[in-house]
Amino acid sequence: MRRSMKLAAVVLSGSLGMASLAACGAKSTDNTSSAGASDGSLKVGMAYDIGGRGDQSFNDSAARGLDKAKSDLGVSVTEAEAKAGEAEADKETRLKNLIDGGYKTVIAVGFVYQQAVDKVAKDNPDVKFAIIDSHDDAQPTNVTSLVFAEQEGSYLAGVAAALKSHNKHVGFIGGVQTELIKKFEAGYRAGVKSIDPQMPVEVTYLTTPPDFSGFASPDKGKEAAQGQLDKGADVIYSAAGSSGNGSIEAVANNKQGALAIGVDSDQATQPALAKYKASILTSMVKNVDNAVFSYIDSVKKGAPFTGTKLFDLKAEGVALATTGGKIDDIKTQLDQAANAIKTGATTVPTAPAQ
Amino acid sequence: MTSPNPPAAKRSLAQRISGERIVLALAAPVLAVVLSVTICSILLATSGKNPFDAWNVMITYATKSDGQVAILNRSTTYYLAAAAAAFGFRMNLFNIGVEGQYKVAALFTAYVGAQINLPSIIQIPLLLITAMLVGGLYASIAGALKVYRGVSEVISTIMLNAISIAIIGLLLVPGIFAPKQGTTSNSIQTDPVSQSSHFFSFNTAGGNLWGFIFIALLVGVAFQFVLTRTRFGFDLRATGRSESAATASGVNVKRMVMISMAVSGALAGLIGLPELLQNSYNFGQGFQQNLGFLGISVALLGRNSPIGMAFAALLFAFLDSTGSQLPLPKNGGFPFEIVAVMQGTIVICVVVAYELVRRYGLKRQQQKVGAQLAAQLAATEKKEAAA
Repeated sequence: MRRSMKLAAVVLSGSLGMASLAACGAKSTDNTSSAGASDGSLKVGMAYDIGGRGDQSFNDSAARGLDKAKSDLGVSVTEAEAKAGEAEADKETRLKNLIDGGYKTVIAVGFVYQQAVDKVAKDNPDVKFAIIDSHDDAQPTNVTSLVFAEQEGSYLAGVAAALKSHNKHVGFIGGVQTELIKKFEAGYRAGVKSIDPQMPVEVTYLTTPPDFSGFASPDKGKEAAQGQLDKGADVIYSAAGSSGNGSIEAVANNKQGALAIGVDSDQATQPALAKYKASILTSMVKNVDNAVFSYIDSVKKGAPFTGTKLFDLKAEGVALATTGGKIDDIKTQLDQAANAIKTGATTVPTAPAQ
Repeated sequence: MTSPNPPAAKRSLAQRISGERIVLALAAPVLAVVLSVTICSILLATSGKNPFDAWNVMITYATKSDGQVAILNRSTTYYLAAAAAAFGFRMNLFNIGVEGQYKVAALFTAYVGAQINLPSIIQIPLLLITAMLVGGLYASIAGALKVYRGVSEVISTIMLNAISIAIIGLLLVPGIFAPKQGTTSNSIQTDPVSQSSHFFSFNTAGGNLWGFIFIALLVGVAFQFVLTRTRFGFDLRATGRSESAATASGVNVKRMVMISMAVSGALAGLIGLPELLQNSYNFGQGFQQNLGFLGISVALLGRNSPIGMAFAALLFAFLDSTGSQLPLPKNGGFPFEIVAVMQGTIVICVVVAYELVRRYGLKRQQQKVGAQLAAQLAATEKKEAAA
């Protein structure tokens, strides 16, 4: 027998041996199943998207909701964070780990968790899951989707941008060209169009999936914003996670008094962006924190949300921030537009017209 | 360490597998791992955590059945990635484009698998061939550029990686490769592959063990056989050692470059399949990235040898799987980043360690030969004195 064959045989039998070991060994979770539910308080586990706590935007908003639930409702919490370029199995393991720790209410932050949540929820019917920004027609009944009407808030941002633009020329920067960000673009375009159908809207997406770096590249955001400023746009709305910090910086450095519109959190109040706040017109605030808090509250009260829970303009899931008072003078137009959406007189598209 | 240099004369088995050779071959990777464990321990200790607790958490998880299944499943993917990179490396062809090749191949395979529903016995080979064909063709672009235009394959494959993302962005949209009316909001993926495309798996106490591990083993055996037992393999290694010498001895180097690049790409095509046919069953925007670059690290650690890469893949899979247990509060909340630090230091240390061990081996050889020569000289002098 040749040596290579022999070695191959060794590896083969070795791995099979390991496989048989795997078949009869104890599971890592065998002795932890009784860990939870000892003190009666609700235990909530949160699984973050890439970036996690401290990303200044989306994840941080969810974290605020969790912190509020901890202090106001007295629930005990634990957190876990995704890492870039991880396998699907890692997401499942993360959710399972939370459950094994006794956390029977699990909140997954971000649509990337959909498949993992579906799978783990099916295996753990007694655990309540919430997933933010995503829903699946086939998801098990113990999964609740918390989704937002980003297009409605973006519509108002578009109205504000069109009213405030001196050059009659505005811009939009999307982080990654996903369906989610296209909703921002669609609403924004519709809002601009409602004020001035002829006004040009520059649109730039920083990356396309599966490259998700566009949500975390301030350099790319800065470059894209500079490009739009050079073309003459003077109000730029960026829905790009932390890349938006770069575009806000570019807008603030512009001498012609261009304005930026922030996203997700009220970006004018963020410490990291405080020096640019004079150039931040408003922010399209997406209240993930409210959604998280009210979900936890509903679970605690024993009547958890089920199915898909939409947080729209009417439910104050999305709104324009008024910090700095730069949109106070157009308040009547904005209120008008908002009322039209709330009453159903205006329907905001969710996909940009081609 | 398993690719014997073509021996001038057949040596006995005992000579070929001498203790010293094995020790020398193992010394470098062991040295590298020990070094990186030390560095990470120091890092953990300086951040106020007890490093021994961390290693304990990792090793404990590896003794549990679900941990073992996770490690084996993951190493299947890593091994395929390493084999794809190593095949090119063996002839000094740096296929950095494994990253792009596997993603494009997985996308097309997912599409084919969703469109066609044949009995498994035909369906699965069909999907394997699709993946290898797409991966191979995509890699051939770089091969053709090198052969006909002299473009460095490092540059072209890196660029093809970027292009692969654009290709996916272009094709993975509703109405082309993704269903027009998806069932999920915000995330886009292809339709799930048909039931007959599901690869078999073993249902163990620790979860499903992927049957794809056999494909990985098959790849390893075929890799070794082709390289050491065929004329093609000899030509390939000869080209890797010295291109001009290979040309002089009648090897068609251009043909070798084309074929090796295509084979490397074909192996890369398999990387995404365990996930596609055993776990997610579709190709979505969140399909795992970076496996190609990981494969390069694993191939480097395993010295491009099928056995070495198997151990390297197991080690990396062990680190990644057990590392996910570190941040859990019940385990002490260690930073997960320590695993990335460890993998990085292993790769750096392994390069240094191989060089150190190689020099040491060379020195020992010289000393041995010197001692033998001295003994010979002494013997002849004695003879002369006696005469």
